[in-house]
Amino acid sequence: MFKILQKTASTGTVTVNYAAEPIKISERFRGRPDFDFDKWKDARPAAEVCPTGAISLSDKGDSRKVTVDYGLCIFCGLCAEASSEQAVRITQEFELAASDRRNLVLTAEYTLNADRTHRGLRKVDRKSVNVETDVENLGKKARETIHKILGRSLAIREVDAGSCNGCELEIVALNNPVHDIERFGIQFVASPRHADMLLVTGPVTRNMELALLKTYRAMAEPKVVVAVGACGISGGIFGVNYASLGGVDKVLPVDVYIPGCPPRPQALLHGILLAIGRLAERLHNDRAG
Amino acid sequence: MMTQSTSAMFEALRQKLGPQVQSVRADRENEVYVLLRDADIRPITEHLRGEFGARLVTVFAEDRRSAEGVFFNYYVFEQKGSAQYLIVQAPVRSDSLEFPSLSAELPAVNWQEREIQDWFGLKAVGHPNPRRVALHDNWPDVYPLRKDFPLETVLPPFEGERHIYRPAFGEGVLQVPVGPVHAGIIEPGHFNFAVAGEPILYLQLRMFYTHKGTEKLFEKLLIHKAVFLAESISGDSSFSHGTAFCQAIERAASIEVPLRGLVMRTILLELERICNHVGDIGAIVTDVGFVIANAHASRLKETMVTLNEQLTGSRLLRGMVCVGGVRRGWDQVQLNTLRDTLDSFAREFQDLISLIDRSESTRDRLEQTGVLRPDKARDLGIVGVGGRASGVDLDVRRDHPYAAYSRYPFRVPVYQAGDVWHRMQVRIDEVNESIGIVRKAMTDALQREFRVPVPSIPSDRCALSAVEGWRGETIHWIRTGPDNHLQRCKIKDSSLNNWPALVEAVQGNIIADFPVINKSFNLSYSGTDR
Ligand code: SF4
Repeated sequence: MFKILQKTASTGTVTVNYAAEPIKISERFRGRPDFDFDKWKDARPAAEVCPTGAISLSDKGDSRKVTVDYGLCIFCGLCAEASSEQAVRITQEFELAASDRRNLVLTAEYTLNADRTHRGLRKVDRKSVNVETDVENLGKKARETIHKILGRSLAIREVDAGSCNGCELEIVALNNPVHDIERFGIQFVASPRHADMLLVTGPVTRNMELALLKTYRAMAEPKVVVAVGACGISGGIFGVNYASLGGVDKVLPVDVYIPGCPPRPQALLHGILLAIGRLAERLHNDRAG
Repeated sequence: MMTQSTSAMFEALRQKLGPQVQSVRADRENEVYVLLRDADIRPITEHLRGEFGARLVTVFAEDRRSAEGVFFNYYVFEQKGSAQYLIVQAPVRSDSLEFPSLSAELPAVNWQEREIQDWFGLKAVGHPNPRRVALHDNWPDVYPLRKDFPLETVLPPFEGERHIYRPAFGEGVLQVPVGPVHAGIIEPGHFNFAVAGEPILYLQLRMFYTHKGTEKLFEKLLIHKAVFLAESISGDSSFSHGTAFCQAIERAASIEVPLRGLVMRTILLELERICNHVGDIGAIVTDVGFVIANAHASRLKETMVTLNEQLTGSRLLRGMVCVGGVRRGWDQVQLNTLRDTLDSFAREFQDLISLIDRSESTRDRLEQTGVLRPDKARDLGIVGVGGRASGVDLDVRRDHPYAAYSRYPFRVPVYQAGDVWHRMQVRIDEVNESIGIVRKAMTDALQREFRVPVPSIPSDRCALSAVEGWRGETIHWIRTGPDNHLQRCKIKDSSLNNWPALVEAVQGNIIADFPVINKSFNLSYSGTDR
């Protein structure tokens, strides 16, 4: 017993204070690839190497439309290696969760030279990628929702709908002493009947479709659904095939999408906090209506 | 290129089975192919096992109808003390579609033969339990790994029973179904327990809920993209599977990875082992109520995962291994971080272990719990941690050295008791060995190249690659195709043939001990189901 106490005392506090203060992460971490469309002279090398088709091109005559879909991105960094440093750069941004699938997609239109390189940038459509990054505020609002509106802790039911288990590792890490998600009053629960939020990983395999639906139906209203990782958002590297449906929103209405392969624990937390905001709206509407 | 022991083996084979052997070829060192004239694998299996004590590592199939008019089954054997793999290639005629089953004598290939039935539509004649395993019962009759089945096929909606379990009879015998969605944050699978009061009589499993067409998908992707698919076979083994895949391509294309690349791979493979083992140790003790030890274990795991990110940009070591070596080198800052983190980890790990060792109650709960007897483990073909805790002395790192393992001698822990405690003990010993390997490797070949440029991959070459992932033996076999694509990629995660170990180990235990027994094996559902 003494030994245990000694160990505990000598370890001290290890929990990081995300989201109240920005966290320090390794400068090696590969987050969102950033595209400087003005300086991008040729999108073909990046599109060619991209393993999941997150960067795709469609050429018509002397114009080209480039689509970047962060919902497909597995953050491998190949696009940056294949392009000039000014045009594609790997950043350390990880707070990418969005409540609208379209917000994860960028498009740019170019006119082309004879050798199919870019002559000029016609237009860029950025939607609102990466707008909801005020985590401190998110965290505060989430805490309010959990305490004032729910009056108890927020319960999450996790379902692996065919993931590689990478996302599960990071979700489990949310519960370790460093990330300690319980400090927000968030708990993972066994029964869908007690859950407010369904956190789903994996491309949704044909064999998991029914179990996922049953879990969702067993949850009481109001409820929110969060799709985790490239697979949960779009099927990721598995895409759509005879055994894979290609993402959670093929089966369920999704409230928040969390990019990553897998999303790091803070990215998960960011997405979960965002989803709590959606839940608060729903609770509010329910009461008002 | 044939070594002496192979040629002796082959001479003996020829004498014994002359007419049945069509040819023998050694594409490269340690990989010998014996082509048979027909599908009858039984005489040669009996001979290799009887005379040479060979072990059947894995069985898989390939649709070669368009090129050679037949299917092939491949039977990979290894022999204790030899680094060689002997691969018996047996044609299965496309008019009969039948091959003789080995499962009655070799339960280790039970699921693998059924997988061939399900995915290729070949029939394992004489299989004691030929029901579906890799496709659920409510799938239509499709054979996804046949070449004429398109990857994107849209199948009709489900009808009928997903799986019919054998009924349990007897007074007071109850069936308890659990899953596929479980209480905790774990992967999906269905467990059907037959219990008599508390004790478990037997357990039936239904896996493949996470089947996502992975092997088929490998046939579609450019090889450099397929590396990322390999990393997603089982997320906790991203680096092991990624390395096994890259090694297979390198062997097929005769690409020589520079020493520095091999050393870095070795370090990262061991870091993956450390992360997962320390996590498992924590998970095992949590299940018997030692929550504080788990808090330390999961914190230690987090420090190692953070180190992973500093070394590779990914907490799961993704995006680092590539065909030809590794994608990035390490600077002095990274090497210092590696050294310092490992030093403090090593100290704290000893603290953690002494905490656990002092806990009588933990030991009480884990000893004699979930016993897998050595004879059973051998018969069932159990590999990896679960095998070594039950007397199965196998470790690919030592038996078929790859990466830079031959430079760093290490000990392979083997126990006979086969209970949860000893499966944990194997992990503890292995973490200590891994620390030793990384410490030696850290200062090795520092200034050299870590990657070679990769030429276009020649078509129609076969290669086998094996890695001792932290769970155990991980096998990839490929046949290259034109334009830097693959014609076939067979994946065998050690989990696939270890599930029967769980079934065996839970028998007679109380259902409340199931979670801890399950965790002590910690098999990968995704690695199994692909
Ligand atoms: S980082 Fe994302 S966009 Fe870039 S190549 Fe990789 S998957 Fe494609």
